[in-house]
Amino acid sequence: MNRPILIGLAVLLSLIVIILPVAAIFTRAFAEGVSVWAQAVTEPETLAAIRLTILTALIVLPVNIVFGLCAAWAIARFRFPGRRALLVVIEIPFAISPIVAGLCFLLIYGAYGPVGSALQPYGIQLMFNLTGIVLVSLFVTCPFVVREVLPVLSVAGEDEERAALTLGANGWQIFRLVTFPNITWALVYGAILATARAIGEFGAVSVVSGAIRGQTMTLPLQIELLYNDYNTTGAFAAATVLALLALLTLVLRALISITHPATGAKP
Amino acid sequence: MPILQTTMDALRRRRRSPLPGLGLTLGVTMTFVTLIILLPLSGLAWQFAQLDLSDYLFVMRDPRTLAALRVTISAALLATVFNGAFGLLLAWVLVRYRFPGRAFLDALVDLPFALPTSVAGIALVALYARDGWIGGLLEPLDWQVAYTWWGIVIAMAFTSIPFAVRAIQPLIEELDRREEDAATTLGASPWQTFQRITLPQLSPGILTGTGLSFVRSLGEFGAVIFIAGNLPYETEVASLLIVIRLDEFDYPAASAIAGTMLALSLVLLVAINVAQTRLYRRLEGGA
Repeated sequence: MNRPILIGLAVLLSLIVIILPVAAIFTRAFAEGVSVWAQAVTEPETLAAIRLTILTALIVLPVNIVFGLCAAWAIARFRFPGRRALLVVIEIPFAISPIVAGLCFLLIYGAYGPVGSALQPYGIQLMFNLTGIVLVSLFVTCPFVVREVLPVLSVAGEDEERAALTLGANGWQIFRLVTFPNITWALVYGAILATARAIGEFGAVSVVSGAIRGQTMTLPLQIELLYNDYNTTGAFAAATVLALLALLTLVLRALISITHPATGAKP
Repeated sequence: MPILQTTMDALRRRRRSPLPGLGLTLGVTMTFVTLIILLPLSGLAWQFAQLDLSDYLFVMRDPRTLAALRVTISAALLATVFNGAFGLLLAWVLVRYRFPGRAFLDALVDLPFALPTSVAGIALVALYARDGWIGGLLEPLDWQVAYTWWGIVIAMAFTSIPFAVRAIQPLIEELDRREEDAATTLGASPWQTFQRITLPQLSPGILTGTGLSFVRSLGEFGAVIFIAGNLPYETEVASLLIVIRLDEFDYPAASAIAGTMLALSLVLLVAINVAQTRLYRRLEGGA
């Protein structure tokens, strides 16, 4: 008796709370037709924002993969003092709100911070430019790959790797031929989550971007800029690009969880 | 048994793993963690330490700061209550029932996390503004959501829904249905069964889900600022006030508020962890 009521209620609420907002973006963005949308998306400033966002994601992705694999390998395969503390520290970025994260970077790497002011005489500026955006993006995304790869690596155990070692394989061979095939999909899953977050991060990036039009505006920031300029068509058009990317990551995640059920640790 | 356990642990620790790569991987990890996580955090700690108590109190007792904290905490509380109920319902339906579209609904739960916060913000404005689908419906009721405190609640609730659902879901999967059947056999109504048997067992998940949802809501920025109206004393959240102080180059004030919010979040996260462990222990002890 409860069943249809509960299912109906859950579906109805999900529709209102989760689906309607996304539907609203697309309706507003395409309200004046596809050509107006296309024109808004290809505005020079918006295109510059898209380019910067892609560039940031392309820099952040390989760094995340290298860091994630290194951290997962060290934590899963070795016992060393501070190992547990390291695990906690790697999770910290998830516990810190974006604005506070951005502020932290400004306070240390900004012109008035100890590191930032020490580098200033050499003409090196870390904040309010691409470097700053990349650094905070790394902060907010770095737990993802470790989180996905570490459990898979631990479950897989090290028997196969030890066997490979006994048979004379070197470190790189062990990783490439034995370890990597076990963790491929966990790595891909983590990398997708990290990249999606890097593309969409707003708060932390807004603190350190400097907000220079056409130069240090990522696409999420550009949405706010356009919106505050009363260019709502442009803002909604830019939002559809990010919304489509978000939907794409959801589809990819669902596909990976179906084909490789062991991946995709829930938050 | 504990002695054996400790001895085994010690032995395991002493036996060095023969696998290669500790130096390289730990070196990369520590360098990264230091530059990207520890150093920035110490930046905030350093700035915070430079504040006198009187400076700190001056910032925190400022009526505008107090108003921002009140707005943030009250909105986060209501958003969390909603997410607790909605999360429980959604998790229950997803685990217990099979119906067409279930897998789709399950994937949909992650949408608020997948959607960039500024996209969520602009989407919610589009929906709840007077000319929006829901805003238009609420207009005759004289209930304005966009650019008011209610908008902040909506934005916070939207961005933290997945926490509640995903924390409760695994516990429903692990429920022993025989206990529910036993209660029903003994004449309990469905509501009694749920209240006395099911709900207590789900309490650790509900606690974690609502706790994480609350912490996330406290710090939410992107989605909130679009829909909040951002009027000082009325619809200005703490995160926004930090940004405003930063734009004024008032780093001490920004750090005071940020440090307070960070400390509050960390205390809550630790408290959730402790409470969860206790709840599990009580449940295992056999209620």
